[in-house]
Amino acid sequence: MSQLHGEPYQPKSGFMKWMESRLPIMGLLYPTAVTFPTPRNLNYWWTFGGILMFCLSVQIITGIVLAMHYVPHVSMAFESVEGIMRDVNYGWLIRYVHSNGASMFFIAVYIHMFRGMYYGSYKEPREVLWILGVVLFLLMMATAFMGYVLPWGQMSFWGATVITSLFSAIPYFGDMITQLLWGGFAVDNPTLNRFYSLHYLLPFMIVGVVVLHIWALHVTGNNNPTGISVKSKQDTLPFHPFYTAKDGFALVLFILFFAIFVFYTPNILGDPVNYEKANSLVTPEHIVPEWYFLPFYAILRAIPDKLGGVIAMFASIGVLFILPWLDTSKVRSVSFRPLYRQFFWILVIACIGLGYLGAKPPEGAYVIWSRILTAYYFLHFLVILPVLGILEKPRLLPKSITESVLGNGDGDKAESKG
Amino acid sequence: MMKQVTHFRTLVRAGLIAIVSALVVLAAPGVGQAEESGESEALDWSFNGPFGTFDRAQLQRGYKVYREVCSACHSMEFVSFRNLSEEGGPGFTPEQVKVIASEFEIEDGPNDDGDMFMRPGLLSDRFPAPFPNVQIARLANGGAFPPDLSVLAKARVGGPDYIYALLMGYEEAPAGVELAIGMSYNTVFPNHQIAMPEPIFEDAVEYDDETEPTLENYARDVTAFMMWTAEPKLEARHRMGFKVVLFLLIFAGLLYATKRKVWAAVH
Amino acid sequence: MASSETHESNRRDFLYIATGAFAVVGAASAAWPLIHQMNPDASVQALASIEIDMSAIPVGQSITVKWQGRPVFIRHRTPEEIKISQETPLEDLKDPVARNAGLGGDVDASDANRVIQPEWLIVVGVCTHLGCIPVKNQGDYNGWFCPCHGSHYDLAGRIRFGPAPENLLVPKYEFIGDDAVRIG
Repeated sequence: MSQLHGEPYQPKSGFMKWMESRLPIMGLLYPTAVTFPTPRNLNYWWTFGGILMFCLSVQIITGIVLAMHYVPHVSMAFESVEGIMRDVNYGWLIRYVHSNGASMFFIAVYIHMFRGMYYGSYKEPREVLWILGVVLFLLMMATAFMGYVLPWGQMSFWGATVITSLFSAIPYFGDMITQLLWGGFAVDNPTLNRFYSLHYLLPFMIVGVVVLHIWALHVTGNNNPTGISVKSKQDTLPFHPFYTAKDGFALVLFILFFAIFVFYTPNILGDPVNYEKANSLVTPEHIVPEWYFLPFYAILRAIPDKLGGVIAMFASIGVLFILPWLDTSKVRSVSFRPLYRQFFWILVIACIGLGYLGAKPPEGAYVIWSRILTAYYFLHFLVILPVLGILEKPRLLPKSITESVLGNGDGDKAESKG
Repeated sequence: MMKQVTHFRTLVRAGLIAIVSALVVLAAPGVGQAEESGESEALDWSFNGPFGTFDRAQLQRGYKVYREVCSACHSMEFVSFRNLSEEGGPGFTPEQVKVIASEFEIEDGPNDDGDMFMRPGLLSDRFPAPFPNVQIARLANGGAFPPDLSVLAKARVGGPDYIYALLMGYEEAPAGVELAIGMSYNTVFPNHQIAMPEPIFEDAVEYDDETEPTLENYARDVTAFMMWTAEPKLEARHRMGFKVVLFLLIFAGLLYATKRKVWAAVH
Repeated sequence: MASSETHESNRRDFLYIATGAFAVVGAASAAWPLIHQMNPDASVQALASIEIDMSAIPVGQSITVKWQGRPVFIRHRTPEEIKISQETPLEDLKDPVARNAGLGGDVDASDANRVIQPEWLIVVGVCTHLGCIPVKNQGDYNGWFCPCHGSHYDLAGRIRFGPAPENLLVPKYEFIGDDAVRIG
């Protein structure tokens, strides 16, 4: 299957004609980014792809700027960050945008991922598109984790220690691998330096995978809330101006949400302990990762075995790679899957619950609940999804997207008719 | 009609998710910690809220408390004298700050003979630390290291409310509580045993204005001062935030109208 | 009918233009902090002045001090050097302007306009050609000679021969005692 194309580009001015016969860049971009045929019924949950592009750009731009002032050395890192906050022109703004930007990035990516699960966007023929998305998610997690180490506060240091120590759970090679990661016998200056280097590198790898992700999207085209495939030109609209306007509006609302954090509660998403300089001799009372890692942290702690916990944590993301094959249903969208709809929301609640438990101390009922929800998380993907696809009787699908939008109400309406 | 109903349902769903996630996000950072370190009551600081600013006179009084009491043991390594006259701060004049700076002895050098020497502080100097290194500081304080105060107001759960409560939280140890040697009893400190002896008493610092020299006022003023040292750009942040939010609201309105116009053709 | 369509399209155009204008203003406002952050920060600007005790510099000698990251030459001139400098005809100068940050922009480059006290010459030691550091007591005029591209400066730090376009900059300074000076 070749790439989907919209109306081709027709150069109007003499200069563009001259240019297009030498470097046909508009000819490449125009049908894929401007006139790209997009399903006419995408709702606001589909705007988060564009919002994620914005987040990535903001993080890269502010990050490059911060790198002009940051010093990756254990004796200077904390001080240089304070220098950015106090002395650099608008340094406080740029740093708060970057640190809150990481949280915004994860808020957007979680919505994006759950949207994909809700509407079955991972299903045939979009498996590779979904897998590239999971790769992006992993790269984001690695980047965010290493970025959090750079200010060299107490939580930076102890977070780095705990997470790198995960690798010591690997049988036989564990200690070798952790020493390799640290460049020493504990987290120290060599670790900080390499994390800085990788924190600068990984975003550009993300950009590369984003290109693949969008490429894959442009081969299959967007999924849509009904989950049924585009059948005719009538089902689509050119991306511009319809979705540029819609994405633009959603993006500005998102920036508004972002701005309220940056300007009015810039530290609420972070741990106060990270405003204390790293001290390799004193561990903070509670080591808690940033909020976006909490569900995975809860899974890690739920298993009372070092290697088992690490395996469970990685498996919780690994399972997403095979999600397209675990879901046996022939129908994509939740709108036509009454049972899956219930289980989807239970999964959302389980994930939020795991996030809550990840922030709690590992004791008493918290541990028990972590185990229940961890078990449920895997149960959902490994048992419920495969079985549900076989047992569930999906509702009647509309004939086309156009019919669902114009003729016969949309997916939800079709469902209400039975 | 049906169309609108579904829109409404989508909106309700989106709203619910937003509220649940906001609750999780807001609950997460403080969880687990607030319980042990005692409750610190939320106070009505001048810098609270989206339009909050620092009270210049309060910061000046707070500086005096820091200078005469806290600075004996606590460093403030990220604050320079020049900061005292910068916008959004205590509002000292540059002349006043020059005098303040010159009251401190700063080590400089080496000179042409290769020796370090002491000279009066300049605007560009940072506040000197009371102890040359951590080891001496510990030795002088019964093994405890007095933390740096520059960003302390951001480094504690509860921030300024906690610091105020800590300063006000000294009490006689209740019967049955055995204090370790050199420790004091404090109601808000974790485990209630704190190495810092009660730092300040009524009438310990003479205020230059009409403010009553009470413990409450000392604690309040020095806490506000510490909030400023931790977040010196707070006022600029609030000011810019107002403009940005206003701009984005109008921009969002325009974009919504544009989106409606564009989509009118296909609905 | 036709007029109401025009009316409608005018309103639509206005909306699109207003939205576009907001986007441009927003992007430009967001760009400014990202550019301004590269300007000298507050800690750098705070180091704008230094004080130097010159009592240890013998007549005929000079020292180099660092000010704002650049070298500043302080030369204790001999009476003979002062005389040569003062008697240099203005028409022999390549750059007729004083280049003294403490004076206005238009004053001539006479020796009197290059110093405050004739025995002390204080100039920023950065060649006005491409930023190298000139070497003292060299060149055709015994002042400074820039080895990079061959600019010759005289005993008042004025360019006399070579590619440099301007005299060495005289920084703003004031005497704060007999032999002490504050630069900046």
